[in-house]
Formats: sequence, C-alpha cells, structure tokens
Amino acid sequence: MLFLGPLSDLFDTAEMSLPAPLSWGQLLEAVPRTVAEQLQGERIHVACQGHVLPDKTALVALDGQEIALLPPVSGG
Amino acid sequence: MGKKSRYYRRLVVADVAIDVPLDIRLLHSGFAAGEVLAQFQRVYRQSGAVVSFTGSVRPGDGVSGLELTHYEPLTLPGMVDLASDALARWALDGLLVWHRVGVMEPGDPIVLVAAASAHRRSAFQVVDFMMDHLKSAAWFWKRERTAEGWRWIEPRAQDLHDRERW
Repeated sequence: MLFLGPLSDLFDTAEMSLPAPLSWGQLLEAVPRTVAEQLQGERIHVACQGHVLPDKTALVALDGQEIALLPPVSGG
Repeated sequence: MGKKSRYYRRLVVADVAIDVPLDIRLLHSGFAAGEVLAQFQRVYRQSGAVVSFTGSVRPGDGVSGLELTHYEPLTLPGMVDLASDALARWALDGLLVWHRVGVMEPGDPIVLVAAASAHRRSAFQVVDFMMDHLKSAAWFWKRERTAEGWRWIEPRAQDLHDRERW
C-alpha cells in the first residue's frame, strides 16, 4: 500500500504491506487512528491495481495487489 | 553542400523524435523546451497554426526547489486520456505534452504543451484546456523547498474554477 504526496509524510516510510484480502474497514484498522481519520475524508481517493475506485469503501484488495492512497493533487 | 545540410537535418530529427499526432511524456530529467518546440514546428510545418505554453519553476518567495511526484499507473495514462479527449474535441493536427517529475530549480521548465492545427482557435483552446486539466486533474503532487525545509503545495480553488470553464 502506497501513501502518495502529502500522505507520505504520515509515516517514516511511504509504503506498507498488509495481509490480504483487505477491505476498507480492515485498512482503516491497520493504520493509526489519526491517519484513518484523514483517509476517510472525501478528498482522499483510493486506487487498486492502477484504477481509481469510484467508492473507496468498496475496496477489496487481493494478495499481491497494490493499493495507492491519493490525496488531492496540488494546483499552482 | 546539399548532402551536408540534409545530413544535419536528419541528425536534428533523430535527436528529438516526435510522435504524431500525440506525443505525451513524463520526463525524469531536464529538457530544453525551446528545442522541442522547434522540432514540433518542423514536424507540423504544414499546419497553419502552432500554439505553445511553457511552464517553469517560479523564482522568488525563498523557493530554492520544487519537487513533483506522480503515481506511475495513473499519471501518464491520465495525461494520454486527456490528450485523446482534446484530439477528439477540436480540429487538431497534433498535440505534444511533456511534463517533468522529480526535483527542479527555479527557471527549470516543468511542462511544455504544443498544439498544431489548421487555424489558430483550436490550437489556442487545446493548450488552455490541457493546462487547466493538468493543473487540477492530473495526478501530480508538488512540494517546495525553502530555508525552512520542504512544504507540500495544497490544491487551489482557482485551479478547480479554471477547469470548470470546460
């Protein structure tokens, strides 16, 4: 699982491995509460295997699949 | 003499080979925007209009560096989709979008967008359309380096507003 952009500052590392299969609820339980709160914000998108999910709460990641946590893109 | 100049021409072409009608790239190191644009104009010399935009790292505000990060599976495919939309929507001969990622310094080019069309309006509009979407909808995250360290750049309401024009 990859933390992109500003989310990469939440941990010492920009990625972590989690046991599969993984649901959205399990993902939220696997990270600290403050991080989980951020991830639930409507501006955070989630991609699985290179596709952005229309509804991140419907996440089901299987063994070996890559999840990306995508904060809003920078403007400017 | 004729032979010599032909040889030179081919060298230049080989140096920057431009894909037609779409040439969309993510670049991990610096590029000479002027030279790429000159090559684009040579490739589309039959087009009546070429419009381009070059965005560079702004000097000032104590900023010594800018870093752009991306997500490989999404960023380039998203740019290609966007360019394909533009190609379908406007009467275009060709479109080039070269975008940097990585660490840049003030004055370095970040993005070059160039459009070729028979008449100027399409080319102007496509460059504007591409920039508004690259700024607000493409998967890039930016942070600036100042004396205090690195700072992430937040999304701006203006960028979303610009995109809604289309």
